[in-house]
Amino acid sequence: MDWQGQKLAEQLMQILLVAFAVGAFATGYVMGSFQMMMLIYAAGVVLTTVVTVPNWPFFNRHPLNWLDPSEAEKHPKPQVQQQTPSSSKKKSSGKK
Amino acid sequence: MHSFGYRLNVLLTQAVTLLALMCVIASLSDTLNVPSPSADVRVLHINWLHKQRNGNDEVSLTMNISADLRSTFTWNTKQVFVFLAAEYETEKNHLNQISLWDAIIPSKEQAKFSYHTINKYRFTDQGNNLRGQEYNLTLHWHVMPKTGKMFSDKVITTGYRLPETYV
Repeated sequence: MDWQGQKLAEQLMQILLVAFAVGAFATGYVMGSFQMMMLIYAAGVVLTTVVTVPNWPFFNRHPLNWLDPSEAEKHPKPQVQQQTPSSSKKKSSGKK
Repeated sequence: MHSFGYRLNVLLTQAVTLLALMCVIASLSDTLNVPSPSADVRVLHINWLHKQRNGNDEVSLTMNISADLRSTFTWNTKQVFVFLAAEYETEKNHLNQISLWDAIIPSKEQAKFSYHTINKYRFTDQGNNLRGQEYNLTLHWHVMPKTGKMFSDKVITTGYRLPETYV
């Protein structure tokens, strides 16, 4: 699962669970049936599990493309300034 | 959210937390219900009043216990436990409380009842103070919820008196 997919999965999970909780409570209260509330909520939890837990293809639409090694060489990582100025000079001169 | 197990863990935790919240709100919704119960207990006949071998008085009553507890039922009510207690005062005890009869009401349809019964449990005194004793018959009930807080209430019927002699 890619980064965008993880965000989507978490949001879907929260929205679905809260929506089913509110819907189940409202239905149960109006119908006067505690059992109906439990059944609707249980169905909601199962549905949310099926939608968000497995690694579905739609969670993998934004693959993270790593740079090629040659590309990395063209854009070198900025060097951290060393404590002693003499050693950093040596390093920079060595690379040139 | 990176792995199957992690997503399952988060989902179950959130689901159970929300379920607990729903149960709390369901319990709170019970306080919106304002019950208007009614109860009527009549002593139809005193079958006998005698002294047991160990010196304690015992009385047997035939009663009619009728009540309408339908308004105590809400969507979050599992059952209602109802019991009838005889209450009186003696020199030895400030309050004597003797359970005479009880019942479990499992549904709203059975919450309006009228029972013609003798006392289910023995009405025995600690001593021999029952002759001419004034007593109350109190119908207590406990509303047992599916989740959350239990409620209880009672109706006191006063002014009963046992006969002055053993019968």
